[in-house]
Amino acid sequence: MTKATTQPSTPITPRVHPTPHGRVSLAHGGGGQLTDELIHDTILPRLDNKLLNDLLDSATLPATGTDRLAMTIDSYVVQPWRFPGGDIGRLAVCGTVNDLAVCGGEPLGIALSLILAEGFEMTALGQVLDSIAVASIEAGVPVVTGDTKVVGRGQSDGIYITTAGIGRVPKSRMLSPQRVQPGDVLIVNGPVGEHGLAVMLERELPQVISVLRSDAAPLNGLTQALLQRVPDVLFMRDATRSGLAGVACDIARDCGWRVTLDESCIPVRPEAQHAADMLGLDPLEVANEGKVVAVVRPYEADAAVSAMRQHPLGQNAQVIGHVGHESDGLCELRTLIGGRRIIQKPYGEQLPRIC
Amino acid sequence: MTNTKDTTARSLKALHETAAKVGKPLSFMEVCGTHTMSVFRSGLRSLLPENVTLLSGPGCPVCVTAQSDIDMLIELACDRYVTICTYGDMLRVPGARGSLERARGDGADVRVVYSSMDAVDIAQQEPQKQIVFAAVGFETTAPATAAAVDRAVKLKLTNFAVLASHKLVMPAVTALLEGGGVKVDGFLLPGHVSVITGWRAFVSIPGKYGLPCVVGGFEDEQIVVALADLVSMVHKSKPSLINQYPQAVSEEGNTVARALLTKIFEPCDVPWRGLGVIPLSGLALRPAYKAFDAQRKFHLTRPPDREPKGCRCGEVITGAVTPPQCVLFDNGCTPTHPIGPCMVSGEGTCQAWFKYHRVRVPNKHRAHADSTAEYEVTA
Repeated sequence: MTKATTQPSTPITPRVHPTPHGRVSLAHGGGGQLTDELIHDTILPRLDNKLLNDLLDSATLPATGTDRLAMTIDSYVVQPWRFPGGDIGRLAVCGTVNDLAVCGGEPLGIALSLILAEGFEMTALGQVLDSIAVASIEAGVPVVTGDTKVVGRGQSDGIYITTAGIGRVPKSRMLSPQRVQPGDVLIVNGPVGEHGLAVMLERELPQVISVLRSDAAPLNGLTQALLQRVPDVLFMRDATRSGLAGVACDIARDCGWRVTLDESCIPVRPEAQHAADMLGLDPLEVANEGKVVAVVRPYEADAAVSAMRQHPLGQNAQVIGHVGHESDGLCELRTLIGGRRIIQKPYGEQLPRIC
Repeated sequence: MTNTKDTTARSLKALHETAAKVGKPLSFMEVCGTHTMSVFRSGLRSLLPENVTLLSGPGCPVCVTAQSDIDMLIELACDRYVTICTYGDMLRVPGARGSLERARGDGADVRVVYSSMDAVDIAQQEPQKQIVFAAVGFETTAPATAAAVDRAVKLKLTNFAVLASHKLVMPAVTALLEGGGVKVDGFLLPGHVSVITGWRAFVSIPGKYGLPCVVGGFEDEQIVVALADLVSMVHKSKPSLINQYPQAVSEEGNTVARALLTKIFEPCDVPWRGLGVIPLSGLALRPAYKAFDAQRKFHLTRPPDREPKGCRCGEVITGAVTPPQCVLFDNGCTPTHPIGPCMVSGEGTCQAWFKYHRVRVPNKHRAHADSTAEYEVTA
């Protein structure tokens, strides 16, 4: 597989805020004085923006007559809540921003709902909110409204986050797998498998020290750059749960043509491959949180790859496969040794092998 | 990378040339489930000469585990004072009444562990719980179970036990050869198991049965090299045992691990799925360690081995049939809703066929399932 170079880093440091002390109590979610205190002392200083600071029952976002609105929602329950390269807060912002971005949307704002377990450390909450702030600045998308609830000890094990997002999509933009035709090519913006493997390694084999990091990152800058250069991108999807394999299978099924991926072109970092080998998993089948698969017409492939490569999150962009003329809706892999085999969408829960 | 590719290409060429010289159909059995998976994952099947077939042997730990072992495990999981610690593969294997995964959904305490030592740690941290480790696997995982029992003894743990269904590879291979039901022209021997047993454990295959063997690694090119060796030995009619995995496998194997195995376990007769009871093919705790035997501790009686109706996993793991020849394959039995263990395990032959080598063919077109369900490779 293609060797990938070092991950780009975006050095954004959050403003330093006083570290909150103690633990979350049920009253923090009760809507009374303690909730107000939590919002004013811990949340607002970190996520500071005019729309949020108003604390109205809903945020009012600007709109124009020519655009359509895209809306999305996602919940985050990752265990452990903190992992190499990120935490649940960063994930919650990036995931929702990316869902809007791959639909060709320009995200306008995020709604943030926190469900905390009684007893959750306030310092940990501060860290999660810091991550949310950093990711929101990186994406240039403010958190405009929110909610906090606390559940009793034992009802949840730490912190769950739900984020919803609204974005603006130009009327002319039509991204759909139905538009994909034989000859079209698939492009990915960088090495795959890193988020899922980093989390799994942290959860299952914490004693293993690895340089592997989650790739969680907001992709809206990258997708906008791509769309500016190649306005007629046919389809995009972020390769989250079920990984690159899942996205490729979805594209093949939905367009009805055979999709062939070339294993030698799929970027995988050596540390990700090692982690996958250790855990008995396939890097193609595990989650990414900063990777997008774009399908473009063959004559626009070079422009699309170079547009991605000019962006920090797309330096290792590659053409990884193409759409064939067989109308069976299958996804196949041309392997490193020149063999061929089918790729299927993974079952769901990733079960580590015995040996 | 280029060197590896060159070796693979060269060995593939040699494999094709020698196979053409042999002319007649050849079938080799890969005994290890990891080999099965590697062969499918690398797309190697699509590159083999037409007259060379690979059969999967009894090398997937989950698949050879008898139905009665799985039923006992699930029964134990339903006890609310018991926590089952298991390797991930076992979670979804269906028993007579549901699976461990379903038991977990119904409230049973079932935890996936990566190592037998994790189960000992849990026993230490949660003394109010009875921890049972589902000890499955071959010579590869058995020493780890032995080490866990050894540690539990040192820690004087009274809430730790193992439900041991470990199996030994060579007795099963011998049973296959003695049974005469399966015709193979040679064996790709399991690399990981050989690390422990040493290659000497398998010398009787060429010696007594006149069949060539190669101990092979798991990388694409290592498997191709091993297959080329097998075909070449058939061609020259000189069966012997070649070790193509010398970086990991020695003649003696891992004597420390085997000493630990012998300290804790003794060979016993155990039932295998599809093969019945094979003499001295399993491992039982020695009398001194009986306190850690979950079957004894919880007074479990082994239920009769009733396999799911229509399921041919037993024949699949002995190479007697290929998965599409089973009427349930992709017809009720899929990785999402498995009926037999070979469809559950990541190393299971049915899952490998389903995942990497299959086209969804509507049932009405499947009168001859074995010829149509296979993934057609068009060059």
